[in-house]
Amino acid sequence: MLDQTAVEKLDVEAVNKGAKQNAQPLYAARQKVHPKRAEGTYRRLKWIIMAVTLGIYYITPWLRWDRGPHAPDQAVLIDMANRRFYFFFVEIWPQEFIYIAGLLVMAGVGLFLITSVVGRAWCGYTCPQTVWTDLFLVIERFFEGDRNARIRLDKEPWTGSKIAKKLAKHATWLVIAVATGGAWIFYFADAPTLAYNFATGQAPFIAYATVAVLTATTYVFGGIMREQVCIYMCPWPRIQAAMLDENSLVVTYNDWRGEPRMRGQKKAKAQGLLPGDCVDCNACVAVCPTGIDIRDGQQLECITCALCIDACDAVMDKVGHERGLISYATLADYNHNMRVAMGGENSGAIDPSNVRDQNGNFVDAIRGFKWREMLRLRTIIYTAAWAAIGIALLIALGTRDRLEVNVLHDRNPVFTTLSDGSIRNGYTVKILNMVAEPRTITLTLDGLPGATMAINGIDAEPGTTFDIPVEPDKLRPLRVFVSQPRDMVAPGSTPFSFIVEEGEAGETDIYNANFEAPE
Amino acid sequence: MADDKKDIDAVSGVETTGHEWDGIKELNNPLPRWWLWTFYATIVWTIGYTIAYPAWPGITGATAGVLGWSSRGQLAEEMDAARAEQAVYLSRIEQADVNAIAADPELVQFAVAGGSSAFKVYCVQCHGSGAAGGEGYPNLNDDDWSWGGTLEDIAWTIRHGIRHEPDLDTRFNDMPAYGRDQILDRDQISDVAWYVRQMSGQEYDEEAAARGAETFEIECSACHGIDGEGVPELGGPRLNDAIWLYGGSHAEIVAQINNPQQGVMPAWGDRLGETTVKQLAVYVHQLGGGQ
Repeated sequence: MLDQTAVEKLDVEAVNKGAKQNAQPLYAARQKVHPKRAEGTYRRLKWIIMAVTLGIYYITPWLRWDRGPHAPDQAVLIDMANRRFYFFFVEIWPQEFIYIAGLLVMAGVGLFLITSVVGRAWCGYTCPQTVWTDLFLVIERFFEGDRNARIRLDKEPWTGSKIAKKLAKHATWLVIAVATGGAWIFYFADAPTLAYNFATGQAPFIAYATVAVLTATTYVFGGIMREQVCIYMCPWPRIQAAMLDENSLVVTYNDWRGEPRMRGQKKAKAQGLLPGDCVDCNACVAVCPTGIDIRDGQQLECITCALCIDACDAVMDKVGHERGLISYATLADYNHNMRVAMGGENSGAIDPSNVRDQNGNFVDAIRGFKWREMLRLRTIIYTAAWAAIGIALLIALGTRDRLEVNVLHDRNPVFTTLSDGSIRNGYTVKILNMVAEPRTITLTLDGLPGATMAINGIDAEPGTTFDIPVEPDKLRPLRVFVSQPRDMVAPGSTPFSFIVEEGEAGETDIYNANFEAPE
Repeated sequence: MADDKKDIDAVSGVETTGHEWDGIKELNNPLPRWWLWTFYATIVWTIGYTIAYPAWPGITGATAGVLGWSSRGQLAEEMDAARAEQAVYLSRIEQADVNAIAADPELVQFAVAGGSSAFKVYCVQCHGSGAAGGEGYPNLNDDDWSWGGTLEDIAWTIRHGIRHEPDLDTRFNDMPAYGRDQILDRDQISDVAWYVRQMSGQEYDEEAAARGAETFEIECSACHGIDGEGVPELGGPRLNDAIWLYGGSHAEIVAQINNPQQGVMPAWGDRLGETTVKQLAVYVHQLGGGQ
């Protein structure tokens, strides 16, 4: 039944093995990790996620969105120079940055939620460091072959073919790195225009500098530093422990069915030994991009990319065991099964006879993952918070004003006495037309008996109502002088309102100001 | 440390520096390589840098550096660049008269900004930072102008000053000291003061004001107007309004008739130049009272 010969024991050492690291001096040189190609469910999922995330990153700036003649037609645009942020049908002014802040809070809470349910899924699947490293590994494999070929190549003396392979690899990496840096700048300006200017040397210096820096970071992080970024630079591995609990799904080596691991299981059985499922082939170690042995248990270095699951499942298929020797499992289930395997004790040796019955099936006491475990107070609170912020943002976005008025009262002088004894106050009234079409806004002075206003630069008799043309998507500041006749002036401070109205859309906004007069 | 033998720490297997404090030994771990190389790179950089830029101190000054850079020079460059940007507008302002400037929104924006900053340097000492003036110093926000409130009038006043005798075109008048020079007696002066209060809409003594009206017509109306409406051409202030440069109480008006205070403003034309004078005029005019 068991075809042991089909499974080769790989000559591989976990270079970032925890126990080994502790004995090392602090400043050990990095040992290169040569991850082997894995095949399976999670690898396929990762290919899809890689295609989607890279696709979003590279294609988004080129999407167009018609906003009429007075606004840019780029679907996603961070227009720093004009202080506008465009996202498809949404346009954000700087004072509306709360929407971005809300999105960031949602991203944060979302990360907590995902982590509390499936551990470091962000690290293993969607983190740019992981995605680009994966992409760079594809290039590396294309030119240099898989793990063993690469190890051989690295040991070889520098021949023409080795130089050619290495050159080709690094050149391709650089091209990808330039494309990565290049795509970033298109989010900040009209992409086709900037692409043309960039190619013809007319783009601003900052564009070239940004591309240079991002090219360097992509090349260095994705090609050279790789797992060191995760292990030594990234704070997330240190923070994530607070997000996980005993019901979070994490990539787990199930000792309770794997141990005692041994090779030559037929021979062992003939000698009366009872082996676990692990055939000690090291396939899980060979595919690991961070160079650890998952069988050592939960480790800071593990980004839960799940490639060891794929590798192990393939081996389990070959040797005829159930899949899932390495699997997504919760600590609670794992601890429970460990107790079963150790005969109900909390410590001791694992006895495979506690785990399987005589027919080779798992005993009833062995527990698997149940979807219900995802519904916990913690995940429900995270989901509720996430959804509440999202709904609040949507409501705010749906009901927000596209016409606003802000008023600054002159402080020096607070008021001026005119020849006829009337009192005049000066204001800077700012009318914000936040739509991409020109509009005529009616500015009305309300609630100040007898008072009229005059506006600098607008030739009209003083009155209480003015029609102010405002350019599309612009703020128009006005110097407004409000005068109240002598016999109507109340001493001290009198509240009144500036009202702006727009007829067609029926929008209106009110600013409650004060009129100051001598006490 | 007399002996040459290396002292190896038993636990870590690392050589120690030989320094020991209460039994604690300092390990001689090597510096990280990347750190060391960065350090060497900075040293190499320093050599080039100190040749290119001012660096080594000497007796009278530091070496100049082959690039010839200096912070003073950089400031001069930035100032030149700023002046070059302003020159476009300044030359347009130089060529246009004040009314033409006021009709061009772009120039108005520039002139108001430039006038505002010049005002804060040269004018605020008397007129205040908000141009609201004070006793004896006119408020420039209001609509009362002793010498006229059109753009041209304001520019002229700034250019030539008031009672600034070295300038032959200066605004000049001289109110007689009716009391000091005994042109009018005490009672007449008091009566005129009551009449001035009447025409400006304040409380007054009716009989005295009636007597004062006659005196006003003879002595004062030539400069202040028949109804006290002022004669800007002569700088005769308007009296039938609510604005008082030296106070509007009976006593203050009497004091002013007795022995008038006459304010002086320097002529700024030669000192600031015509472009700045025009910008100041545009700035003052748009404060709210310009005519």
